[in-house]
Amino acid sequence: MTKKRGRGMASVNYPTGMNLGGDPSQALIHATTTGSFIVTLSSVDLGQGLKTVMAQICAETLGVSTENVIIDTADTDTGPHCMGTFASRGTHRIGNAIIMAAKEAKSVLLEVAAEELEVDAGDLETDGAGNIRVKGSPQKSIAILNVALAAHFKHGRTISGRGIFLQPRSYPEPETGKMTPATCYAHACTVAEVEVDTETGEVQVLSLKSAYEVGRALNPRMVEQQIIGGAWMGLSHALYETTEPYYPNRAHGPTDFNQYLMPGPGDLPEFSNVIIERPAGDGPFGAKGVGEMTANSPIPAIANAIFDAVGVRVDSLPITPEKVLRGIQALAHDPEKWTPVFRKDHAQTEDAARH
Amino acid sequence: MTKVPVQFTLNGREQNEFVDSGSTLLAALRDKLGLYGTKAGCHQGTCGACTVIIDGSPQLSCLTLAERCAGKSVTTLEGLTGNGALHPLQQAFMEGFAAQCGFCTPGMILAAKSLLDRNPSPSRDDVIDAISGNICRCTGYDPIINAILTAAEQLRGARKSA
Ligand code: FES
Ligand code: FES
Repeated sequence: MTKKRGRGMASVNYPTGMNLGGDPSQALIHATTTGSFIVTLSSVDLGQGLKTVMAQICAETLGVSTENVIIDTADTDTGPHCMGTFASRGTHRIGNAIIMAAKEAKSVLLEVAAEELEVDAGDLETDGAGNIRVKGSPQKSIAILNVALAAHFKHGRTISGRGIFLQPRSYPEPETGKMTPATCYAHACTVAEVEVDTETGEVQVLSLKSAYEVGRALNPRMVEQQIIGGAWMGLSHALYETTEPYYPNRAHGPTDFNQYLMPGPGDLPEFSNVIIERPAGDGPFGAKGVGEMTANSPIPAIANAIFDAVGVRVDSLPITPEKVLRGIQALAHDPEKWTPVFRKDHAQTEDAARH
Repeated sequence: MTKVPVQFTLNGREQNEFVDSGSTLLAALRDKLGLYGTKAGCHQGTCGACTVIIDGSPQLSCLTLAERCAGKSVTTLEGLTGNGALHPLQQAFMEGFAAQCGFCTPGMILAAKSLLDRNPSPSRDDVIDAISGNICRCTGYDPIINAILTAAEQLRGARKSA
């Protein structure tokens, strides 16, 4: 029995959002009488952290603390329209819509505060701690709570804002096929190290090391959370998950979580990640989408690492021990066929190499 | 359906219930008692989301008959926050970003609690072993393992200073 090690890499350019008939998301913001800001969305938080990041974006734009922001998601019947949280679009699309809505709400907030303080709204700023103050003379200030009360009961104003981000529908140019379906692109690269057991065909992923260029990490811990979770999913697609594992008969397929394989807590590689920030001009505070892409580059990186380890190029997923073993045997049986692949000539595709 | 009386201890308090004979502890907790901290994932013993602690050991409440709990002590997630403060495991999960959708979290935390009650100084492999019956589709497990090790350390510290 021999265990052979290999290393492979892969990179990904990933579009933020997608474009079918245009890609819009809306946000509505209003202040309650207590000076909390409610952001109404029909976007859904499915665990990726949308609510947290949207609260950060709203709080930052308004100049209040995140505790004073309530993100109200989830009712697509009554909420402002959102295309959905998919295509890594949430942070970018909904974030931009919230910035637009928060700017409008903030201008009303400052107008009302200006009346209360008898100063010009242009001279006012929020202090991030629940007050509005005159720039340069912070002792002249008013609590946002009191501004909200005054707006409701004295001035008859709603402190509110409307926001939308729209990436318009893009038609391909007939001549070139060129189109602008997405906004900014995020980038990543993963290096995988594997150990392949040449007797059983089993692959163990030793490490997945990735670098992500995400524009700006609005919540770095959550970006890391996405990257690790995604790397696990990539590993799972690369080596484990399938509804039809070995047998030609569908009835032999997995019927529950005992048979549908995924890497468990004992099958984890060492994860290490680097986040690179290069703010996107059209992103909320420079952020791009980092969601789905995290499952992408680990897969070809693992496939390349297996090739590096044992010279076997498997081109269907998952790369099961059976496929690896068949590859190793074919290689032993007919090395000629595999020779060009052995050369690891990256300029040649596998198909071209076979001819 | 025949109703059977069951007396057991739930999160430290005496509980008397009439349950449908043959119904599961999971159904009793969620549908009768409204304790939604215990999650129902697969109803067939393969996901671990419904894990509770019965007399000190982690058990799948979807495979446990409610009437079999007579005289036993059951701990659910709700039992960890008795005094209103988060349990060190919950705190560590939160601070370590060990939950995304959160569906596996209660089961993970109870599997971990049962481990730490038995073994206050677990190795990484002990932790992996303890949660190997619990599936997580979001986090990649790594943050969960780290959070459990962090909580173990904190609990040891608290014990030492007590
Ligand atoms: S619900 Fe009990 S193990 Fe899945
Ligand atoms: S956090 Fe979603 S399943 Fe674990």
